[in-house]
Amino acid sequence: MMAAAVNHYFGSSIGRKQMVAVTGLLLCGFLVGHLAGNFLLLVGSDAFNLYAHKLFSLGPLLYVIEAGLLGIFLLHLGLAIKLNIENIKARGGAKRYVVKKNTGRGSTFMSDTMPWTGLILLVFVILHLKNLKFGTYYTTIVDGVEMRDIYKTTMENFQDLSTVVLYVIAMSAAALHTAHGFASSFQSMGWNHGKYFKNVKRIGYLYAVAVGGGFSTLAIYCFLKGV
Amino acid sequence: MSSNNDMTLNLKIWRQPNGAAEGKLVDYRAEHVSPDMSFLEMIDVLNDQLVKKGEDPIAFDHDCREGICGMCSMMINGKAHGGYKNTTTCQVHMRLYKDGDTIIIEPFRAKAFPLVKDLVVDRKGIDKVMMAGGFITANTGNAQDGNAILIPKPVADEAMDAAACIGCGACVASCPNGSGMLFMGAKISQLALLPQGQPESPRRSLNMVHTHDVNGFGNCTNHAECEATCPKGISIEHIARMNREYLKAAFTYYEKSRSEGGA
Ligand code: SF4
Ligand code: FES
Repeated sequence: MMAAAVNHYFGSSIGRKQMVAVTGLLLCGFLVGHLAGNFLLLVGSDAFNLYAHKLFSLGPLLYVIEAGLLGIFLLHLGLAIKLNIENIKARGGAKRYVVKKNTGRGSTFMSDTMPWTGLILLVFVILHLKNLKFGTYYTTIVDGVEMRDIYKTTMENFQDLSTVVLYVIAMSAAALHTAHGFASSFQSMGWNHGKYFKNVKRIGYLYAVAVGGGFSTLAIYCFLKGV
Repeated sequence: MSSNNDMTLNLKIWRQPNGAAEGKLVDYRAEHVSPDMSFLEMIDVLNDQLVKKGEDPIAFDHDCREGICGMCSMMINGKAHGGYKNTTTCQVHMRLYKDGDTIIIEPFRAKAFPLVKDLVVDRKGIDKVMMAGGFITANTGNAQDGNAILIPKPVADEAMDAAACIGCGACVASCPNGSGMLFMGAKISQLALLPQGQPESPRRSLNMVHTHDVNGFGNCTNHAECEATCPKGISIEHIARMNREYLKAAFTYYEKSRSEGGA
């Protein structure tokens, strides 16, 4: 029974959604770290490059972290897609009702658009890695050490207005996605109690605005600052 | 019988002879509808007119007509039971509508609720999940004095709130995912809260969730549209309690097999 129960868990509706929740929260944590690092753009090229260099110097450990991050991302994505496809069938197909209205007390624009904002983020992440992490490789020398000039790559990337606009759209998608996803993850894990859940929701909204707004502001800053 | 307040309504009702046949919305005019009628009485009157004309009356489910049996499933203008707070269809009264209104009536839809005829669907899936929760048939002698088991008032209240679920299926019909988590959460929660429900609690959540999943119910994504349409005001906090119970049971509950010395 023990083994059966655990096996069931990983295939069950609740087990899988809890895995989406945990991976989602871990990704939320990653975004906070990423955003904090980005703020070094404001300090200057050396600070930003040094920070990136420290990360690069982690060597094999960095690969392990990156692989873990990729795994979390793919698990989140794969399970969410699987669950959504099952849900389309479960609700009785696309032509379920002639008219269907939300009560206004349940579903929100954020919760209704989760699959779409998620897919926007998927496309974004691919382009983002291509343009920046795997973008033009410049080198620079800071304090006598030669290192990658990721600052220059970043600045160049955001000189094109359409790139900035698309970036802000993607970050708005991230804000909408996390505005539902954050509190939703708590609910999935069973951490919903009348005593504190309103605050979890508030923190979720605050998080969404801070992350979406933070990344967007920095992109606009890069655009305005110029190379 | 008819008075000045009587209304004429334009109804568009889903007609479908059986699950395999094609269905469509059919226009009807309901005349002499009194504001004091319940929604179901309004359909009764329309059906009388149809029978007199020799037409097939509209099939719809109903039983108690007092908001406690959960049979009167239908979507009214795109919302389960009409979408009024804490109200079943049989408790919706025609005073909520105006003369000349158009009302669209459709059956509940979900993979777990196959259509039988017109507005009638088979909600057996709900019963299967409930049955998976288990029941007691062993003769355990006289029940002990109820007051001997101490249950704090807030806990008893919470269990009572969960027990209010009437298994109507509005949560499933209004859920964008056709998920049955709200009624299942209510059942699991109700029994998990009380000391008498503790012994079978882990086994119950494992069995119920499994039965839910294999009967075509969808996966919850926390829209909370169920909570908004539930005629009994069941809170999604009960879904959260079920999620906790299930997580705990999946990783800690252990029944020894016969070969391991179990029963
Ligand atoms: S939880 Fe509410 S909507 Fe769902 S079956 Fe029970 S009473 Fe009906
Ligand atoms: S007919 Fe029983 S609840 Fe409506």
